[in-house]
Amino acid sequence: MAFHSTTEHRNLAKRHLKSKVFAAFCGAVTWSSVVLLVVLLYQVSVDGFRWLDWQFIDSFPSRFPERAGIKSALVGTIWLILLVALISIPVGVSAALYLEEFATKGRISKMIEVNIANLAGVPSIVYGILGLAIFVRYFALERSLLSGALTMSLLILPVIIIASREAIKTVPVSIRYAAYSLGATKWQTTWAHVLPASFPGIMTGVILALSRAIGETAPLVMIGALTFVAFLPEGPMDSFTALPIQIYNWVSRPQQEFHELAAAGIIVLLTVLLLMNSTAIYIRNKTEKRLR
Amino acid sequence: MMGEQVEQSGVSYSHPIRNRKSVLELRNVSIYYDENRAVKDVSFNIRRNRITAIIGPSGCGKSTLLRSINRMNDFVEGARVEGELIFANEDLYGNEVDAVEVRRRIGMVFQKPNPFPKSIYNNITWGPLNYGYEGSLDELVERSLKQAALWDEVKGRLHESALNLSGGQQQRLCIARALAMEPEVLLMDEPCSALDPISTAHIEDLMFQLKEHYTIVIVTHNMQQAARISDYTAFMEMGDLIEFNVTKRIFTRPSVQRTEQYVTGRFG
Amino acid sequence: MTVELNQKKVTEAPREADRVTSLQSSKIRWGELGIRIWLAFCALISVFTTIAIIVLLASETLKFFTAVSPAEFFLGTTWTPLFEPSAFGVLPLLWGTFLVTLGAAVIAIPAGLASAIYLSEYASDRVRGIVKPILELLAGIPTVVYGYFALTFVTPTLRNVFSDLQVFNALSAAIVVGIMILPMVATLSDNAMRAVPVSLRQGAYALGATSYEVTTKVVVPASLSGVMASFLLAISRAIGETMAVTLAAGQTPNISLSMFESIQTMTAYIVQVSLGDTPTGGIAYQTLFAVATLLFAITLAINILSQLILNRFREVYE
Repeated sequence: MAFHSTTEHRNLAKRHLKSKVFAAFCGAVTWSSVVLLVVLLYQVSVDGFRWLDWQFIDSFPSRFPERAGIKSALVGTIWLILLVALISIPVGVSAALYLEEFATKGRISKMIEVNIANLAGVPSIVYGILGLAIFVRYFALERSLLSGALTMSLLILPVIIIASREAIKTVPVSIRYAAYSLGATKWQTTWAHVLPASFPGIMTGVILALSRAIGETAPLVMIGALTFVAFLPEGPMDSFTALPIQIYNWVSRPQQEFHELAAAGIIVLLTVLLLMNSTAIYIRNKTEKRLR
Repeated sequence: MMGEQVEQSGVSYSHPIRNRKSVLELRNVSIYYDENRAVKDVSFNIRRNRITAIIGPSGCGKSTLLRSINRMNDFVEGARVEGELIFANEDLYGNEVDAVEVRRRIGMVFQKPNPFPKSIYNNITWGPLNYGYEGSLDELVERSLKQAALWDEVKGRLHESALNLSGGQQQRLCIARALAMEPEVLLMDEPCSALDPISTAHIEDLMFQLKEHYTIVIVTHNMQQAARISDYTAFMEMGDLIEFNVTKRIFTRPSVQRTEQYVTGRFG
Repeated sequence: MTVELNQKKVTEAPREADRVTSLQSSKIRWGELGIRIWLAFCALISVFTTIAIIVLLASETLKFFTAVSPAEFFLGTTWTPLFEPSAFGVLPLLWGTFLVTLGAAVIAIPAGLASAIYLSEYASDRVRGIVKPILELLAGIPTVVYGYFALTFVTPTLRNVFSDLQVFNALSAAIVVGIMILPMVATLSDNAMRAVPVSLRQGAYALGATSYEVTTKVVVPASLSGVMASFLLAISRAIGETMAVTLAAGQTPNISLSMFESIQTMTAYIVQVSLGDTPTGGIAYQTLFAVATLLFAITLAINILSQLILNRFREVYE
């Protein structure tokens, strides 16, 4: 027998040591990410805190840092959230419903599936170029909120479709069969049973997608969202700016004060994201409870 | 072999085996999952170079007991073992005992064959290589596969994926893999329940050959199998050891009425 | 209600004709049809999007290649399309993207894999419940924030250590992009490793192996396709990353081996052109599309490759 030697027992101790070191290493790396997040948030808060006051939120951007504010950017972002939600949620959920419930599972639907997965990986700046050519130029919507919202909707559509499909897949087949056996049509079943059952999962996916849309700058840059906007947009056809654009603008300036203003803008942006995610979790919990 | 070890190292052990013919002794073993007592105060001995079967209805604790022998219950949160499991003059759950070493010396074959998604060859050499095996790997593979009665069927395709084998072949590969570690005891947890009758027959024949060099403990819900192949049988029900005896007696003249009811099929 | 009606009809002993027509509906369900058309249309929008992207990029790029030879574009090492004398060699942009992506991958891939191993093999459910949401948070932070972080924290800190580091440099950008894509690697690899059946791990432990051996020699090899797909997707994301690199790495296209200098990535160039006053239709404007096409082609190729690898992974376990 080639075992049962004394070297084997020395090896055993070494192997155990290796295992412990390895586990500790992996743990350390993981917790470093946590530490990193804390450092990042702390840094931003410290830098921007002194600029964060009501005047900051209520003022327009200015060449003078003491007078600069993010009112136009914040309002622009809120407009964008609403418009993008209005456009992308119906379209995205409809597409997901079609692919999961109505389409015959053949070569074509598989092709669409692959296509959507690929679209999800296209860089956001390409969507910006697309939006520029189609919405700003071809449809002559100019550099308006509508152009921005349509572009962003295209960007997050694949994400919404994929997340909604996952949610719809989890609804048990038995619910559908029960409805069909009562003589309901496919749409009646979908609207009355499948959609409500998958609603929490869809909500989660939608909010995640919208959060992503709010943080994206590149597409808005491409379609020409302005960087110095001293007015509030009043309708979807008005030109606009948004939080990430304003932050980008301030960060690119050399002066220290503008960097700090950018930090304050980041705090506002992260707060908006936090609010959105909390709303999503709230809605999801509420609707999950109702279904039980 | 056991005697040799005691003399060579010259150390006195704290838990000496009492019966020279036993390789493993269970003394008042109780196993808890959190507050639930799955195995209650079980005591019996496993004789060297014999096949011991543990039978009983579903949920009686036989698999739990088997897994406690090679410390696989360590992976279950909330699992706790009381009593003593004596092996190599040590309590397997003693403070100084290394579970990894235990598993090298007490091997296991699982209910569903679980070969690694690697080649047949690499499946067998994987375990020994971890230990820094210094002999010839080719010989090791051939030896192990011959012991598992699989060599002739796969000798021409050792480097193909193990997943290409049939269920029965995969299980024999898992046996070969376990044997490559040269364990003293081989634990088998319902090894044939996922296989067809012909593969089952192959493995039962295999066990007769193996007991010449190894000690086997097998959990099975198939009473006929236990009666066919084992030398000793332990009958468990609801965590209790109802009876432990020579197999022939368990199946022809059991001492406890409950045992008689089970083996004659009146329940379970 | 329909059931009651049918029963009534049966007790009345209907004639043959009645029984046939009572099951056929006399009208097409227009509402249902209309809804179906709407739903299908929505699903087809994704197809239209892809077609639009391809047509748009291809047509403008073709126009570009009538003025500039592909040889100059793909092999030239100077990129000055907006100045005189104009040169259209895209290699500096490719190199800039490559440098940043490489640096980001060096950070994100080992660290992400280690995190995935920790989460899937070592961490308790409680720890997972804390760490996973934090990773998701990291992934959800907008890219401008990472750009800000690079300029105001990473670069100054690095400059304390390396005095010859420029204000705009590839290293800071690479670090920050690496942090950005780390959660992607960790989450996707974690999913892949958790898909490996428990029975495989148990079989390995039963052979007297340590957790290090089981993890590195059984679990990771078994989930290799999923893990590699996660690497590819993260790299694709890094290549397409725009704002953080624009802010941190600068706007100087050059081919240099040093990561301490300012470079320009493909994405940063696209931003530069669109923020500037380039007239529509000119050759400078068309460079935007040429670079965008290159970017799109590269990320598409990587994404398709990762999908192929993932499909092979699913075959093994399903």
